[in-house]
Amino acid sequence: MTAHPTSPYFKENAHEALKDEQLQMALSNVRQGFIDKRAAVAAKLPEFEALRDSARDIKNHTLANLDLYLEKWENKVHDAGGHVHWARTAEEARQAIVDICRKAGAKTVTKGKSMISEEINLNAAIEAAGMTPVETDLGEYIIQLRNEAPSHIIAPAVHLNATQVESDFRRVHTHLDPNRDLSEPVQLLTEARQVLREKFLAADVGITGANFLIAETGTSVIVTNEGNGDLTQILPKIHIVIASIEKLVPTLDDVSQILRVLARSATGQEMSVYTTFSTGPRRPGDVDGPEEYHVVVLDNGRSAMLGTSFQDMLRCIRCGACMNHCPVYHAVGGHAYGWVYPGPMGAVLSPSLIGVDKAGHLPNASTFCGRCESVCPVRIPLPKMMRHWREQEFERHLTPATVRSGLGVWAFFAKRPTLYRFASNLGMKALAFFGRDKGKFTSLPFAGGWTDYRDFPAPQGGTFQDQWKARKGAKS
Amino acid sequence: MSAREEIFGAVRRSLGVTGQEQPRREAVNERIAKAPRGIVPERGQLSGEALLALFEEQAKATLATIDRVKDRAAVPDAIADFLRRTNLPARLRMGADPRLGEMPWDKTALEVSHGKSDGGDLVAVNHAFAGVAETGTLILTSGPDNPTTLNFLPDYAIVIVDAKDVRGSYEDVWQRIRDRDGKGHMPRTVNWITGPSRSGDIEQKLLLGAHGPRSVHIVLVGE
Amino acid sequence: MAAPNSSRPPRVALFATCLVDLMRPSIGMATAKLLEDAGCVVEVPSQTCCGQPAFNSGDRDTARALAEQMIAAFEGYDYIVAPSGSCAGQVRKHYPELFKHDPNLARRADALAEKTYELTSFLVDVLGVRKVAASVAGTATYHDSCSGLRELSVKKQPRLLLQSVDGLSLTEMNENEVCCGFGGTFAVKYGEISDSIVTKKAENIEAAEPDMLLAGDLGCLMNMAGKLSRMGSTIEVRHVAEVLAGMTDLPPIGAPSGQEKAR
Ligand code: SF4
Repeated sequence: MTAHPTSPYFKENAHEALKDEQLQMALSNVRQGFIDKRAAVAAKLPEFEALRDSARDIKNHTLANLDLYLEKWENKVHDAGGHVHWARTAEEARQAIVDICRKAGAKTVTKGKSMISEEINLNAAIEAAGMTPVETDLGEYIIQLRNEAPSHIIAPAVHLNATQVESDFRRVHTHLDPNRDLSEPVQLLTEARQVLREKFLAADVGITGANFLIAETGTSVIVTNEGNGDLTQILPKIHIVIASIEKLVPTLDDVSQILRVLARSATGQEMSVYTTFSTGPRRPGDVDGPEEYHVVVLDNGRSAMLGTSFQDMLRCIRCGACMNHCPVYHAVGGHAYGWVYPGPMGAVLSPSLIGVDKAGHLPNASTFCGRCESVCPVRIPLPKMMRHWREQEFERHLTPATVRSGLGVWAFFAKRPTLYRFASNLGMKALAFFGRDKGKFTSLPFAGGWTDYRDFPAPQGGTFQDQWKARKGAKS
Repeated sequence: MSAREEIFGAVRRSLGVTGQEQPRREAVNERIAKAPRGIVPERGQLSGEALLALFEEQAKATLATIDRVKDRAAVPDAIADFLRRTNLPARLRMGADPRLGEMPWDKTALEVSHGKSDGGDLVAVNHAFAGVAETGTLILTSGPDNPTTLNFLPDYAIVIVDAKDVRGSYEDVWQRIRDRDGKGHMPRTVNWITGPSRSGDIEQKLLLGAHGPRSVHIVLVGE
Repeated sequence: MAAPNSSRPPRVALFATCLVDLMRPSIGMATAKLLEDAGCVVEVPSQTCCGQPAFNSGDRDTARALAEQMIAAFEGYDYIVAPSGSCAGQVRKHYPELFKHDPNLARRADALAEKTYELTSFLVDVLGVRKVAASVAGTATYHDSCSGLRELSVKKQPRLLLQSVDGLSLTEMNENEVCCGFGGTFAVKYGEISDSIVTKKAENIEAAEPDMLLAGDLGCLMNMAGKLSRMGSTIEVRHVAEVLAGMTDLPPIGAPSGQEKAR
């Protein structure tokens, strides 16, 4: 679905998105809903800010000792009777998963929501191996029917409206009465529940992601509101967890700290409905639960981020708050970013994972308003890291030539105060002269990006430094 | 080199470590051994009736419903009453938890069957390991006593929790699990359940009963 | 903090910012007046730009060169004050980062950062000013520019001072903490996205039905003024310093120089 990033065409994608009225309507939901809910629930917990510090510190400590915590965790998984598969690349992870499914003779594979699964484009691999992957998160199910990528990391179908979902259901669920009423969202939900219930019960393998892996106990944790992740993992014979290496946390106490900020930041709930801790397969005497428990641990570029200016990004707990609060995301939506991870977190992460040559636009398409950082539960300095990418682009001469030369001319003057004062005084007087009738310019050469959309206010004329000098002269 | 070795090698190279450093190993061992508590919200640090009242209030805020009864003997009646009020058939599925076994189900007209769910049950009863007042969260552990499938497949989940098992924070409950199963060991599944299943995936509208139960009814037993 | 000798008035270096210097000198004049009214001795060292555009474009060398120039020109004063949260934020938050690995300059950058302030927060938080002697009739709405708000916690200070302006009433718009879409070169490089953001902002401004839109950063003001003007709005756009200094006789941002106040 997302095998080929369209991130290089961010501008073109954004152009399309801005023209798409239906999308713009859907995005206004994001702008209203998430923000108010998060603010309200944060205000209700006096310790919220301190918990954010705590969450940040836990992740920092874990990352600094990631090798050791991975070892501890792996031992515990083995003790509990689980299997660990290490995957350096997306390809290795797909292979490991397909192999497990094949060995089990699987036909239907249910899936809980997992961004790593999107990152490695897992569904295509399962299909290619002759099996049927079924996304079970309602949003993921909808976009799977549409053969689309998620447009938001916690609300994959946030770009769609109910009418679109209705027509997809009618197109795909042809075994149901064509005259059924689907005009209400709750009817859509009920239909999805029925259709997916059969898949849950028929599945041979269930694949979930993991929000956390706990070193103390060898446990994987999933957090959902629907309960689909649980039905995915307790009904089939085999449960496969796909997780990346930075999901580690040391202890049950540590994960509790982070869980206190996760749902609050994500959906504005005090706690998500289902937080599930899974350790190994079914135990002797158990009447339900999977008979095999596998964890596929993925690196895919993350180890290379450790020890660099981008290490902080590995604290990310995928809550989505940064995109919920991002004016650029509100304007263009998630698909414009062109790969799995949108919004501010994607603008930092995508260049690391698919290369800054492909995803170079993303860290540039930010006003640096800083609202993402101000809400990030693990306090990732997202604007600072986007700036790091801009620095790398500048050093590697990936910055567009027009920007480079514009900056160069400006820097030439700015570094020479006397020349700057002389030139600017003249320049502004001239500009003021041309602009004096209207007080603004409706078009300017070299600034079409501005004047195509808004007027450019004319300068008053002369410079402040010049006027100040004149005032001082008059006074003395 | 295996993928495993290469990943560990890459992590260690990036961090500039060998993995053999004593101070690092000690710090990690100590953190796991001591499992220090972080910040525990004051909100839940209550006892007695105040703690139970917070649990009830928070559970209601998650859109769960809750009945309080005096003792175990009063549970079946309370559940029969809930089913009548809710227009549900008088049929229940439950696991082998001895606490459930002690309850006088036969004094009611309820039809009780035992075991996991295969998806055909409308209403199930499980006994919680604990409740957490901080967020009105129920904590259930897997096993033949309270099969995990009963938490998810039925449309209506009824969960019984003992008042003496209600704690202020998640950390308090982890301690009880460590005391029961031994430090570093976990039941196959620990479920935190905070209200009925829901989804906001269609136009951000909150709808209950996405895949799991559309209703969670809590019976809080004792004072 | 460089504690000024209490027996003499603080010597304040006014950093007008390049945008004010070039586009709207009256903001610099208003800033000087407010500082002088509050008892400061104001000086204007020779200046160009704090280097933020280079810094944000990933050109660290130019950013460092301009920062060094700025440090040298401004470090001799008790305080550095700018009518801009964004440029003051650059000095306060980012100069230390730029010279982190250069022990000599790091010390000087830190020292400069500590005594650099955005205008309204300097007046309120440092000098303890609670009211200004100005009279401006009308209703104003205040936009919280991002850097001032999030890097320097400028939120209450301008409102506190505006409340003391004779004849002025304040009304809040929806989403007053949301970015206006300026973002420096972003407004030109991603003009279409910037336009979408500033359009929403302009709608929020209009919905609040003010006579005047105020903010503390000229870049944002030019962006919003440009959009309001293109939409045919008659809302006047001014820098908060101009209103606090009672200097509203000049045409608002983006209005023709011959024309006096629209009302
Ligand atoms: S970067 Fe922060 S705010 Fe964004 S998804 Fe990750 S944790 Fe959440």
